[in-house]
Amino acid sequence: MTERIDHSLLDPPKLPFEPLIERNAVITEQPWVRWLLTGSALLFLAGFLFLPLIAVFTEALRQGVGTYFESLRDPDALAAIRLTLLTAAIAVPLNLVFGVAAAWAIAKFEFRGKALLTTLIDLPFAVSPVVSGLIYVLIFGAQGWAGPWLAEHDLQVIFAVPGIVLATVFVTFPFVARELIPLMQAQGTEHEEAALSLGATGFQAFWHVTLPNIKWALLYGVLLCNARAMGEFGAVSVVSGHIRGETNTMPLHVEILYNEYNFAAAFAVASLLAGLALVTLALKAFLEHRHAGALSASHRH
Amino acid sequence: MRASPIPGFGLTLGYTLAYLSLIVLIPLAGVFVKAAGLGVDGLWQALSSPRVLAALKLSFGTALAAAALNAVFGLLVAWVFVRYEFFGKRFFDAMIDLPFALPTAVAGIALTALYAGNGWVGQFLEPHGIKIAYAPAGIVVALTFIGLPFVVRTVEPVLRDAEKELEEAAASLGASRWQTVTRVILPAVLPALITGFALAFARGVGEYGSVIFISANIPQVSEIAPLLIIIRLEEFDYAGATAIAAAMLVLSFALLLLINTLQARVRRSAAPATPPLDTAHPILQGSRG
Amino acid sequence: MDLQIRNVHKSFSGFPALVDVNLEIRSGELVALLGPSGSGKTTLLRVLAGLEFPDYGQILFGGENLAGKPVRERKVGFVFQHYALFKHMTVLENVAFGLTVRARRERPSRDDIRRRAGELLDLVQLGGLASRFPHQLSGGQKQRVALARALAIDPSVLLLDEPFGALDAKVRKDLRRWLRELHLKTGYTTVFVTHDQEEALELADRVVIMNRGRVEQVGTTDEVYDHPATPFVFDFLGTPNVFAARIDGRKVTLDGDSQPIETHSIHPSGPVDVYVRPADLQIVVSERLGIPATIVDVQRAGAVIRIVARIDTSGEPIEIELPHASAEADRYAPRQRIRVRPRSFSVFPRGGAPRRSALEDVPGHASADVRSRA
Repeated sequence: MTERIDHSLLDPPKLPFEPLIERNAVITEQPWVRWLLTGSALLFLAGFLFLPLIAVFTEALRQGVGTYFESLRDPDALAAIRLTLLTAAIAVPLNLVFGVAAAWAIAKFEFRGKALLTTLIDLPFAVSPVVSGLIYVLIFGAQGWAGPWLAEHDLQVIFAVPGIVLATVFVTFPFVARELIPLMQAQGTEHEEAALSLGATGFQAFWHVTLPNIKWALLYGVLLCNARAMGEFGAVSVVSGHIRGETNTMPLHVEILYNEYNFAAAFAVASLLAGLALVTLALKAFLEHRHAGALSASHRH
Repeated sequence: MRASPIPGFGLTLGYTLAYLSLIVLIPLAGVFVKAAGLGVDGLWQALSSPRVLAALKLSFGTALAAAALNAVFGLLVAWVFVRYEFFGKRFFDAMIDLPFALPTAVAGIALTALYAGNGWVGQFLEPHGIKIAYAPAGIVVALTFIGLPFVVRTVEPVLRDAEKELEEAAASLGASRWQTVTRVILPAVLPALITGFALAFARGVGEYGSVIFISANIPQVSEIAPLLIIIRLEEFDYAGATAIAAAMLVLSFALLLLINTLQARVRRSAAPATPPLDTAHPILQGSRG
Repeated sequence: MDLQIRNVHKSFSGFPALVDVNLEIRSGELVALLGPSGSGKTTLLRVLAGLEFPDYGQILFGGENLAGKPVRERKVGFVFQHYALFKHMTVLENVAFGLTVRARRERPSRDDIRRRAGELLDLVQLGGLASRFPHQLSGGQKQRVALARALAIDPSVLLLDEPFGALDAKVRKDLRRWLRELHLKTGYTTVFVTHDQEEALELADRVVIMNRGRVEQVGTTDEVYDHPATPFVFDFLGTPNVFAARIDGRKVTLDGDSQPIETHSIHPSGPVDVYVRPADLQIVVSERLGIPATIVDVQRAGAVIRIVARIDTSGEPIEIELPHASAEADRYAPRQRIRVRPRSFSVFPRGGAPRRSALEDVPGHASADVRSRA
């Protein structure tokens, strides 16, 4: 065996980056194909995702930083911000309590109809936002079933803050529950049973045992719930009276400003919402990365 | 009902059912009750007007087109993100969820600004006669934005779990890379792709916030069904609004059923390779407006 | 098709998976790659297949070096441990896959494809299952489909990666026998990987024993069992008793023994280790011959009697195996003094020095050292 050993068998790495699968592995594409696909994908994302996002901030600052801050200091804008925060401050805790209760009931006990219950909880996801607002108009509107009764007692739901809160509660209904239910089901009942055997009451078991186990998933659900609550447009548009300074949330205020051709102001308010979206995404990514084990299985990358 | 040592069953279940009924079930039922109150004739009349039909057709048609676009590009994006490494991938991956987190009104005005005649993109397209803003094409663009994450997030886990050995087997049997991708990998991913498509479609049909800015909202031309519902409400034509709403609800629930069935089938046929997909996962629903 | 593997080296991120592997496989042979996990046997199989590429070396198929060619150009039939059947295709479509993906010029007609796939299914005795889907089959059936699929492309060599590893013991035994018959019938050059020595010794014409990326020995079942080349091989195929001894020319004297024993092994004079299988350790009736030891325990294990004893001088434990039916079996009991002598044995250098590789000085390929036995 005096033949020279053939060393020239490896493709030296030609690219600044390598495919996930081992270099020279059989099951990946040629480099030019990878470049093309990656480039196309990123181009698509850039065009459809990033451009709009950048546009928000660019348009907001188009007339200068001074105008930007002035738009935000406008009393109607401030009122809209206050209303958005108020709505979220009511809707999110309400759905939080519901989510915890529903997850407790479903995860810690056996009863028939669990699948049905879970599907019903999901219903708001399947409903168009405008319809989500409509259903409350049908009940509480001037011509609705409770309309006359409300008029008698001089109460207003539609075209007032309660209606906005109600519609927001509806559209954000499943968020927390859907995070907690699979997680708590996977966690089982052992820890709580252990706590009970040691003399804890039900509530103590929940507070000291369950809650720490679900805290990250809870935070995750609250995060998504809040983003949706603050950003909801269609449902709130139906039930609000679009009364400036009174029944306008931030998204609605953006619409009003836009329709008045006050673009800089519209985008200024929109930029706050976009900023909120970015913070939400960052926190979400952080939770998925750091605490993946504490979230339900579908979030683990 | 098995007795359980853990307390709180009555309390939590009772509260859950009460809250659910009050907030969700009864109001939704109200739509159908009112729609039923119109009688078949009344319903038919309300739904068969040309304006309503045009609106429904537009909502469905644009949602379908956008979902198809997203199916193609979403698959591409999922493929690239699962199988390749590149600088900034983590960042891009997190950003895919932007349409979930961004309020639809914000998306609406941003897209309009971009694609209007004097916008960054529009200024290149309009001289060639391609009108996006204030035309039906703009609706498709908006709905593509909204539905972008659905296909990606549904397909990604399936691609990630695809067994390397299947590709090696195909290669050992003489298949070219293209043949391996089209005959072995993609068929395995198809159920997830269809599910993602259905989710994007369902999302797009009911979309309101991002569309009304970019569309000219001209009746029978570029007026979507949700907008028509609002117009009917402003005219105090509760009946007309409810009829359309009922039609859309029926469709939504049918789609939900279809998606559930699809996912059950995916779970059954490809058991080890496909993890269970969450039907209406919060991630997949994000913010709607 | 003859196969030749020459000076193959492969590392994964600095970890040496294959170190200076040389192997010749004759056309029509059934060869087993045997070794513990991490020995490199699967890596070698995948390098043969073209699923991995070596860092150095040549892989010759019938004289042609294919080391740089990817798997789809090698015409190898690869069978995976977990079958890798295409779940969305029927059994027939799976088997026919290799034929349907051929370039149009070389592709048989659709009828021909179906016929050939059907014939193969009959060959593996699954004729009636052509339109079933993989999830409807048992493990053994799935593996047979995988085999038929690999055979469909008329491969130059058949490569099996722990083909029965995922199956129940009974199914495994049946399929083993069946594979041997299939091989006799079809005559394909076959290489299969296993960590089960019984399987390797039973099935293969020749066995390649691997350890830490190196080939320890290649030979027939008899050769590796009766004439193990290294302490590792000896140890892998059974539990040896190790005696310190001295060799002088052709005579080896165990420590504690008074008389030397003849040996054919060639070693420079000096200290050596003598490896003896329990079944080859004889209890001698003598005052002078053999090593004195004291019985500690006598165990019955199925068809054999196992006697555990301690060497008087060194205190080292030894094990002797006697057939249960032998006349002497009843005579032994704990605390009895006996003398033992090996009937047949292997001699290795003291401390189990490894075989040296010509490329030992190449960075990244540190020589493995076999630790001496306690």
